Amino acid sequence: MRSPGKRIAFLSMLTALGMILSYIESFIPVLYGVPGMKAGLGNILVVFLLYIYGSKEALVVNILRITLTALLFGNLYSLVYSLAGAALSFAVMVIIKESDFLSCYGVSMAGGIAHNIGQIIVALFLVENYRIILYLPILVISGCITGAGIAFIAANVIKRIGRRSFF
Amino acid sequence: MNKVLSFRKADLIVPVAAVFLSVIVFLLCSIPMMAGDKGGKWVVITVSGEEYATLPLNENRELVIPGENGFDNLLIIKDGYADIAEANCPDKICVHQRKIRYKGETIVCLPNRVVVSIEGGEEGDVDAVSR
Repeated sequence: MRSPGKRIAFLSMLTALGMILSYIESFIPVLYGVPGMKAGLGNILVVFLLYIYGSKEALVVNILRITLTALLFGNLYSLVYSLAGAALSFAVMVIIKESDFLSCYGVSMAGGIAHNIGQIIVALFLVENYRIILYLPILVISGCITGAGIAFIAANVIKRIGRRSFF
Repeated sequence: MNKVLSFRKADLIVPVAAVFLSVIVFLLCSIPMMAGDKGGKWVVITVSGEEYATLPLNENRELVIPGENGFDNLLIIKDGYADIAEANCPDKICVHQRKIRYKGETIVCLPNRVVVSIEGGEEGDVDAVSR
């Protein structure tokens, strides 16, 4: 098996990579002013880790990435938004992955959708305007599209470099 | 390993189910919103800068507003719209103005110094910016 040192170094490197992805994402303007609509580049990392390592490692790296990114580039609100989206998304992805019924595309799309739904739920509490729920269809569709794209990227990364280099 | 990395037909369940459910939620939520009161809440009438009357927009009624120079305006509130239907002022600009329903919209009769505006409720959804 791989050594603990190598494993920690690798996971730390991926956390840093995830922070960079989140940072790059903050430059992408929000589409059409819809709150919560994001490319979710950081999810590439989560899908990648789910399939390369396992849910425990993916969870730790994800929490570290989100907290560090929010503290460095965002504020407390963006931390709450991101954590809610990420928590729901992560739970859904793990459940679907463990059921072994869908490929990483289904897992990632469900994760993208769950991420956006989690953000809507937080927005409902923070803004206290239930009309936000009318954004739901557009956020679900965008979650599907970004989820599929993320699955494509993650699958190709794993196929090309994943297992050979890190195991 | 490669098997779980390639697209399966079963994956289509996720977007199809999610879009289907979200459209249902959307419809369930939007129907009461559409049926609800979309216009503003109050019709505020001022004459010469002083408030003359405040009426609820959702009650149909007619009101004659005595203006400054002995001219009168007939205000009609009907179906959530406020409109000046008749006036005996010289220019009739107030009569020709569109009926109003959204917050911030106004009808002005300059000769009579009468201003009818909507307050409370929501902004107009179409041209709130261009007014």
